[in-house]
Amino acid sequence: MAEKFVVPEADAAGRFGEFGGRFVPETLMAPVEELTLAYAKARADASFRRELHGLLTTYAGRPTPLTEARRLSAELGARIFLKREDLLHTGAHKINNALGQVLLAKRMGKRRVIAETGAGQHGVATATAAALMGLPCVVYMGSVDIERQALNVYRMRLLGTKVVAVDSGSKTLKDAINEAMRDWVANYGDTHYVLGSVLGPHPYPRMVRDFHAVIGRETRAQARKVLGGKLPDLLVACVGGGSNAIGLFHAFLPDRQVELVGVEAGGRSSAPGEHAARFGPGRVGVLHGTRTLLLADEDGQILPTHSVSAGLDYPAVGPEHANLAALGRTRYESVTDDEALAAFHALSEKEGIIPALETAHAVAWVLREAPKRPGSTIVVGLSGRGDKDVPSVARLEGLEGVAS
Amino acid sequence: MSGRIARAFTRAAREGRAALVVFVEAGDPSLEVTGRLLPALAEAGADVIELGVPFSDPIADGPAIQRASERALAAGTSLANVLDLVARVRSGGLDVPVVLFGYANPVLAMGEAAFASRAAEAGVDGALVTDLPPEEGQEFASTLRATRLDPVFLLAPTSPPRRVKIVGRMSRGFVYVVSRPGVTGVRADVPEGLEDLVTRVKAGVGRLPVAVGFGISTPEQVAAVARIADGVVVGSAVVLALEGAVAAGEDPVVAAAALVRRLAAATGR
Repeated sequence: MAEKFVVPEADAAGRFGEFGGRFVPETLMAPVEELTLAYAKARADASFRRELHGLLTTYAGRPTPLTEARRLSAELGARIFLKREDLLHTGAHKINNALGQVLLAKRMGKRRVIAETGAGQHGVATATAAALMGLPCVVYMGSVDIERQALNVYRMRLLGTKVVAVDSGSKTLKDAINEAMRDWVANYGDTHYVLGSVLGPHPYPRMVRDFHAVIGRETRAQARKVLGGKLPDLLVACVGGGSNAIGLFHAFLPDRQVELVGVEAGGRSSAPGEHAARFGPGRVGVLHGTRTLLLADEDGQILPTHSVSAGLDYPAVGPEHANLAALGRTRYESVTDDEALAAFHALSEKEGIIPALETAHAVAWVLREAPKRPGSTIVVGLSGRGDKDVPSVARLEGLEGVAS
Repeated sequence: MSGRIARAFTRAAREGRAALVVFVEAGDPSLEVTGRLLPALAEAGADVIELGVPFSDPIADGPAIQRASERALAAGTSLANVLDLVARVRSGGLDVPVVLFGYANPVLAMGEAAFASRAAEAGVDGALVTDLPPEEGQEFASTLRATRLDPVFLLAPTSPPRRVKIVGRMSRGFVYVVSRPGVTGVRADVPEGLEDLVTRVKAGVGRLPVAVGFGISTPEQVAAVARIADGVVVGSAVVLALEGAVAAGEDPVVAAAALVRRLAAATGR
């Protein structure tokens, strides 16, 4: 039996090692503390856990299957399994967290929820949970993302949510978070901010991870079953803020022998502004309430990012990931836009599963890496389905003449 | 602890008025304009200048200051050249206290200790880092104090007595009370309950002067706040005056100074 890794937990100040914390203006301290207390109470309350479990099983579609990707496995020479979060209601893992937080908002007596969204998956998930639980919802979304994720914008509107275009800064996810935080600071009396990733001030990184940790718990049990009691050799997931990755990894953290790899957006190139790969060129800094690895210039200004996938197009990574990397428990790789697009096609053609472009990054790394590990067992976090990306991929390939 | 800030508040009190704290964004629309602006603001009646250091993601600011930050960054402004600017205007004889007002990441990128020594050398008197609340700003505050700079912290209507006390212990120069929930910007009214808030804060921070800001833009609002607080902060209104003058092809320094003169006339008790 290999030596267990001691899993670091956020301390009372929300620190994972030197990362995390609460870097927010004084005006946000009261709502953040109120949320911390309410979440601690809910977490300890069996009726909250029961209610959430009920929603996850009877509404969202948990547990999700672990699918063996047989044709890919045969081609690559390793056993590849897919944890099918794409089969959840609304089409991505985001619903795990949205249901948890909107349920919590109801318990806190909040009468309105707000959220930010990049690819639109978290926005759709929050809009869905809000509709289910009867709360009005406003989603902030960068105008660049509104353009490239038109389908999800319409879905949110169908669900009764108001989508507000954010035109400041780079007009993408980070600017949507800025705007959601401004709304929250002005309206926290009746409003809960449903932050969509393992980012932001404490308690968000821990709370959002807790809501997604079900992914890894299920995977562990399912993998043991198909692998005759053994654990997989390697888990792979894409990392924007890192919510699906930490959700998949968390139950496996103690098992040192299980290798954990997060895949970031390598974008068009490694030049500043052309990618969203924080590990490597990233510096330790503060953005959106947390101290973590981020992309900034030497003056501390946050750099623009680029990824073909809106959900990975963000300059910072969740503080727990930064800490796990510093401790050597996880590592992070990147793949380019082109590799992700190739993987988008490969998974569609070989397995009949169209992945989200975010998810395609994890698949792309496996396509590159699996042949070097013959006979190993690999679980890929299939975080979302790709329907939302079909129009933009078609457009991209049509314009570039790549489509056959 | 250069003492310039304390002296400015003492002088205003002796003259039977509140100190006028004026915020402008450094580098909006250019550092050259800011260099002319600072002496003009002092001359027009600003007792303390809060000099904004632009940041790409100013979550505590409303649209007026967000636009100012974007203009300043587009003009090439950085923390380093803001410090150079302060050094320049100080050597030109500017005597009004200058408090830098900004966000954590540019300060961390420079390094807290390097920031403190360079700021002190440039003639800066204090610093307020919006997203460094007392919990995260302990070390920074003691670094500043050791460099004879005044750390200034925010308090909000929701800050419980415990936090008021902590902020009182950690701050020097003055304490900045946010008048209402929300971001910076121009509002029409003065919030209800402000007097109680200021009384509560004063009781918790000892002898430190208390300045009130967020949403204060007109001489009438300045007069109302001056009756209850030691200082009044006006930011977005001045930034909008600068923006309007630039758009109209007028000299932004003249426009901002004219507004500050009207505001300064309303600080009496």
